[in-house]
Amino acid sequence: MSAITREEVAHLARLSRLALADEELDHFAAQLDQIVGAVARVAEVATADIPPSSHALPLTNVFRPDVVAPSLTPEQALSGAPAVEDDRFRVPRILGEEA
Amino acid sequence: MSELIKKTASELGSLIASGEVSAVEVTQAHLDRIAEVEDRVHAFLHVGAESALAQAAAVDARRAAGEELGPLAGVPIAHKDVFTTTDMPTTAGSKILEGWRPPYDATVTRRLREAGLVILGKTNLDEFAMGSSTENSAYGPTHNPWDLTRIPGGSSGGASASVAAYEAPLSTGTDTGGSIRQPAAVTGIVGMKPTYGGSSRYGLIAFASSLDTPGPFARNVLDAALLHEAFSGHDPMDSTSIDQPVPSVVEAARQGDVAGLTVGVVKEFGGDGYQPGVLARFQEAVELLESLGAKVVEVSCPSFTYALPAYYLIAPSECSSNLARFDAMRYGLRVGDDGTRSAEEVMALTRAAGFGPEVKRRIMLGTYALSSGYYDAYYGSAQKVRTLISRDFDAAFQHVDVLISPTTPTTAFPIGERADDPMAMYLADLCTIPSNLAGNAALSVPCGLADEDGLPVGLQIMAPVLGDDRCYRVGAAVERAFESRWGGPLLSKAPAL
Repeated sequence: MSAITREEVAHLARLSRLALADEELDHFAAQLDQIVGAVARVAEVATADIPPSSHALPLTNVFRPDVVAPSLTPEQALSGAPAVEDDRFRVPRILGEEA
Repeated sequence: MSELIKKTASELGSLIASGEVSAVEVTQAHLDRIAEVEDRVHAFLHVGAESALAQAAAVDARRAAGEELGPLAGVPIAHKDVFTTTDMPTTAGSKILEGWRPPYDATVTRRLREAGLVILGKTNLDEFAMGSSTENSAYGPTHNPWDLTRIPGGSSGGASASVAAYEAPLSTGTDTGGSIRQPAAVTGIVGMKPTYGGSSRYGLIAFASSLDTPGPFARNVLDAALLHEAFSGHDPMDSTSIDQPVPSVVEAARQGDVAGLTVGVVKEFGGDGYQPGVLARFQEAVELLESLGAKVVEVSCPSFTYALPAYYLIAPSECSSNLARFDAMRYGLRVGDDGTRSAEEVMALTRAAGFGPEVKRRIMLGTYALSSGYYDAYYGSAQKVRTLISRDFDAAFQHVDVLISPTTPTTAFPIGERADDPMAMYLADLCTIPSNLAGNAALSVPCGLADEDGLPVGLQIMAPVLGDDRCYRVGAAVERAFESRWGGPLLSKAPAL
C-alpha cells in the first residue's frame, strides 16, 4: 500500500510553497513513498515510556545580556533584496484581491 | 608545482613565523595549484585570488611590525560556502542564493580572519548541505582527487577535495549527519565533527539546527586540532553554543597515545552492506590499537540501527522549517513577479525554480513528518529514538573511553551511481549519524586503501560530549603508527593529478 500518493505530494507541495510541475509530482510520490516506508521503522522501538529528545544538549533558557549593540544598517539589510522602495522591501501583493 | 603545497598547516605556520617564507608566497603557491587542477576537481564555487593575496600581505605586514600572531597566521584555508562571508558570495550550493553577498560574517569566518588564516575561496557542497556526494550542488559536482570519476563525499565535498588535491592545507566543513567525516574518509584525509555546541552556528546557513556542527578538515590530526581550536569556543550569538572552555585538542593531538585506554568496537556497524575492503582495513586498525597498548572490547549499541531512519525524519523536519526563510521577499532569487501574481504565488514559483530535487524532497518529507495526524508516529518516534541513542552512548562510555567503527560502509562510489536513488545515497551516513543525534565528538582518520578498488577507508573515533580531545589523542596515535607502516601519509599514495 502506498502511504504517499500523487495527491498527497500535491498537498505537501502546497503547504511547502513549492509550485511543482505535474511530472515532478509522480516522481516525488514514488520516492517519498519509499523513504517514508523505510523510516517508519522508528515506531518499532519508540515506546510510550521513552521521553523524546528535541536536542542533544540539556540547555534551557539561554540568554545574553540585553544591551544595545551594533546591528545592520538599513542599507546592509536591504543589500540583497530582490526589490526595494523607500528604504523598504518591495513585495508582490499579499492580499487575494486586486487593490 | 611548488613544494609549499605539500607542507602541513603547522609547518607552513612555522615557516611563515620564522620568516623563511612569506604568507604571500604560500598563498600564491596555493592559488597556482588551484589554477592547475581546479578544472578537473571543481572544489571551489568562488576563488578570491586578489582578496587572498591582500589578506596574506596584511599578515606579512603585521609580522614585520613585530606583532605576535597565532600558529596558523598566514596559512591558507578553503571555506565551505555555507558560512556567510561579507567579501565573497555565499550560495550554499543553491540557485536560490546565486550571487548573494551576505551583510555579515559568520562567527567561524570572523575567527578565521582573527587567527590570520587566509581565505582562498568558498568550496562546493550539496545544496544546503543536503547530500553525501556533492552531486546535489546546483553548480555541478566536485570530483574525488583519487579518481576523478568518483564522488568526494558530501555535503562538504569541495572542502575534502580541496585539501586532498593540495589546493589548500586546511578547510572548514559542517557536519549534520556525517558531512565532514564521510568526505574526509573517502578522500583519505582527517575530518572532525566537534561536540555539538562546541563551534558556533551563527552565520552558518541552517539546515537542521539541532544537528549542524562546524568542524575542520586537514591532512593530519595536528592540523585539524589547530584549526579546531582556532574557530571553536563560546559565542553569545548562538544560544546553543557551550559556555565552557574548548577541550585541549592541540595538546591531545601532540600527545597521541592509547596506552591504558579502553576502545569499544561498535558491534552493529559491520557485516551485510559493508564493502569487504573497508572491513579488512577496519580490522587492521583494531589490531593496531591493541598493539599500541589499548584494550579493545566489543560493545553493543542496539539503537544505532535506528539512527538512520530517525535522522531522515528529524533532519528533514528541521529543514522544512528552516528553509521557509527562502521566501523571495528579503534576499535571494525572486521568480514570476510580473505585477499580476500574489506574494504567495511568487514564493511558490521561486522556491520551485530555486531549490533542487533533494531539497524539495526533504522539505516535503519534513512537512509530512510534522503534519497533524502523522507527527507522533514519525517525528515523535524519531525523537524517542534520539533518546535511546544517547542512552546507548552513555552506557558504552561507562566502560570504554572511545568507540570506533568504519566511517563509511563503502569507499567513494562513482558519480551518478546513486544520484536518483535517495535511500541508497542515505546509507553513506549509516555510521556517522548516531554522533549527530547524541551531539558527541567524532573524528575520521585514514586507515588504508581497500583492496578491491585502491580507494581510501576511514576509521571513525567517537568520544563523549566535550571529549573532543580523546578523539585527537587516539587519532594521532593511530596516524603515527599507520604512517610509519605506510612510509608516509596515506595521501602520498594518491595518483598525481
